[in-house]
Amino acid sequence: MALAPIVLLLFSWRFDESDIWQHLLATQLPTLLRNTLVLVVGVGIGVSLLGVALAWLTVMCEFPGRRFFDWALMLPLAVPAYVLGFAALGIFDFSGPLQQGLQRLIGEHYHFVDVRGDAMVVAVMVLVLYPYVYMLSRSAFLAQSPDVIEAARSLGLSSWGAFYKVVLPMARPAIVAGVSLALMETLADFGTVAVFNYDTFTTAIYKSWFALFNLQAAAQLASVLLLFVALALTGERYSRGGRSFVQSSRRYQHQRLQLSRPRALAASAFCLLVLSLAFVSPLLQLLFWAVGEGLDALDSRYFALLKHTLLLGTAAALTTIVVALVLAFNRRRSTAGLALFFDLATLGYALPGSVLAVGLMLCFALLDRELIGPLQTLLGVPSAPLLLGSVGALIIAYSIRFLAVASGPVQSSLERIGDSIPQAARSLGARRWRLLRQIYLPMLRPGLLTAAVLVLVDVMKEMPATLLLRPFGWDTLAVRVYEMTSEGEWQRAALPALTLVAVGLVPVVLALRQSSAGSVSPPRRE
Amino acid sequence: MRNSFPLLIVALLLAGCGQSEAPATAASKSQPAAAPASKEAPLVVYSARKEHLIKPLFDRFTDQTGIEVSYITDSAGPLLARLQAEGENTPADMLITVDAGNLWQAQKVGVLSPVSSQILTANVPAHLRDPNNSWFALTIRARTIVYASDRVDPVADLSSYEALAQPQWRGRVCLRTSKKVYNQSLIASMIAAQGEPATEAVVSGWVANLAMDPFANDTKVMEAIAAGQCDVGIVNTYYYGRLMKKQPQLALALFWPNQIGEGAAGRGTHVNISGAGVTAHSRQKARAQQLLEWLSEERAQVMLMELNREAAVNPRVPALPDMLAWGDFKADTVAVSEAGRLQVDAVKLMDRAGYR
Repeated sequence: MALAPIVLLLFSWRFDESDIWQHLLATQLPTLLRNTLVLVVGVGIGVSLLGVALAWLTVMCEFPGRRFFDWALMLPLAVPAYVLGFAALGIFDFSGPLQQGLQRLIGEHYHFVDVRGDAMVVAVMVLVLYPYVYMLSRSAFLAQSPDVIEAARSLGLSSWGAFYKVVLPMARPAIVAGVSLALMETLADFGTVAVFNYDTFTTAIYKSWFALFNLQAAAQLASVLLLFVALALTGERYSRGGRSFVQSSRRYQHQRLQLSRPRALAASAFCLLVLSLAFVSPLLQLLFWAVGEGLDALDSRYFALLKHTLLLGTAAALTTIVVALVLAFNRRRSTAGLALFFDLATLGYALPGSVLAVGLMLCFALLDRELIGPLQTLLGVPSAPLLLGSVGALIIAYSIRFLAVASGPVQSSLERIGDSIPQAARSLGARRWRLLRQIYLPMLRPGLLTAAVLVLVDVMKEMPATLLLRPFGWDTLAVRVYEMTSEGEWQRAALPALTLVAVGLVPVVLALRQSSAGSVSPPRRE
Repeated sequence: MRNSFPLLIVALLLAGCGQSEAPATAASKSQPAAAPASKEAPLVVYSARKEHLIKPLFDRFTDQTGIEVSYITDSAGPLLARLQAEGENTPADMLITVDAGNLWQAQKVGVLSPVSSQILTANVPAHLRDPNNSWFALTIRARTIVYASDRVDPVADLSSYEALAQPQWRGRVCLRTSKKVYNQSLIASMIAAQGEPATEAVVSGWVANLAMDPFANDTKVMEAIAAGQCDVGIVNTYYYGRLMKKQPQLALALFWPNQIGEGAAGRGTHVNISGAGVTAHSRQKARAQQLLEWLSEERAQVMLMELNREAAVNPRVPALPDMLAWGDFKADTVAVSEAGRLQVDAVKLMDRAGYR
């Protein structure tokens, strides 16, 4: 089912759309490819450095405010990327406070700077997407035994050497999972780049569809995008080779490195800077708008929006985790060829949301028409579409779209369990369900929890599939945000966006409390 | 806790399934109502106009006629794809969308059905509806020139869209992105008036005159002019209305281009439309037509104007006072269906001219 929309994309090649390709090649494609490349490389490097560094700091080091930053650094996850994009533009643009202030300071000679460029777009994306890498590498670091580092140190490696040669390679599956999530989301993004009028490959997909009215050409472009993602992921797997790192997934009490005073302060300042840029500034901007004139958006239907958002998010998060778990178990047992097949199922995440949503919509319509309709006729009930526009179909759509998000943490924590423990349990006579209940689930719990939070927050922010597939009346907060922003009414979008952020915070904080309870005890007082 | 976790998952999953089934049964309950015989079936509208701009109208319609209206909102592209995929299964009775290009496309792929109604032909001028009466404009929105009133003399400096391509405007023009349908529609109307080569020369001239990269929205264009980054731009009037209501001190003013002269030069200011049509597979076409007619009548037209500061299509409905203050203007009366047909060419032309 997850593959169906991708297969559907391939079918688009039946049609000859060479004139659109020629047009794009002749006019825009070079710029688009250059921009996309800059974005992918920039965001890739940015989220890796930022995510891993922050995770390393909060897990392995001790500095003022560490326990606060440990969870607070995940908060930007709850901020939709386009909101940060717009807030950033609002602050740094020539009509924003920064440049207006500079002009007042310097006077007539101040020359306004157009901030909409490579650097700004990359920075915004990095700030929004680093939490994926941060969360995944944080739980990987937490699961690493201090003995390994001790051993490396006793063999003569410096602490940096131990980090590069031991800690980083062992956390690699988790880091890679986080970075690929961030990059897939970068490729699929349309809202953020649109704020900066920054043209990427996804822009071309939307242009072919919405402006040139050619869905087939859009599907062909999208399948080319997928091909690149598939190649990149396969490449990574190949370079990692057969190495696997088996660890127990119990959590260790790390003896945190006590940083020297200047370094500790620098670490706190750095964390604070990231947090204020990625979370506090957009929040303040939204609050400012909401208090200014957004409050009249609060009406009786507001609670229905909230209810729908939460219901859909929870249902989708649970469904997605179960599917990801089943896939991960089967993948573990299957051959390499079949495993590749499973990986394909998660590629949909790199597709622009609307393209995937339309692919799914076509599948549901086909099933309704070819399978359910005739069946209904056979049973003598009036034939009517059952799937399209039902809550069930919408939840299936979410599960497919966010399967990659759940698979990352689930798979990487499953990889860390290894075979010996389940084998031992089996040799002691444990049956399948008991194995699942007493070995796998407890050991996978941190991974499952991370997956659930990521999916829940992502579903609540999701727009294209919700818009296209929701049943009548099932509007969510994200739908309301879309309606206001697409009319350019950012102020009126502030309240639903703010609520979305607030609602997204709850699961993030809950998961954190769960995951840190009993696993990492407070650092030793020095 | 160790034992309860999987149970929790199962329990929540069941709850989730329960959730997903409840509305499904609600839908199947209402399904027999979708059969042609029933009277309680709500009209179903797929709308690319946003909820806050249509819901007050539907509420009023329901008050007056007792006919319920349910709707979903999305962009035109996905809604059109959904209508096509659903085919004769579609629950939709009406498609509401903005822009002539989308309506023309909907008509072309056959998801709309012609409506013959004397009320509609009387209320909607001929150039603002489909030649086969498959769709009708509901409102018009003028796309016009905005200028810095402290730096530009409208009488001496401004005349037409085309004149903004002249060298005197080098580094003084701000535009919104060509990806916005309003600009695509404007260029399509220019192609209709003077052909592709002349239009391409004009657009290339605009690009050469740009002070900055094109902006994501009309409001940013006006803010850039107010901040002194550039002197002229092209925007929809209602964005101007909205911004000036918030910041009346801004030195911005509107100018109606292409008012004087022969032929293309005096063809009038470009107007775009929002519009609607009855779907080809609607099971209650008569009542869908009733809604469409109601939307073109005076009371609904006034509501439409008040909701978004757009102009009415119905020639008997006078403009709102604050809109009258922007001055009267001659509108380009090229058939909007013609602009819709030329839209794909317009997009390609802008790509060639390097207008991003």
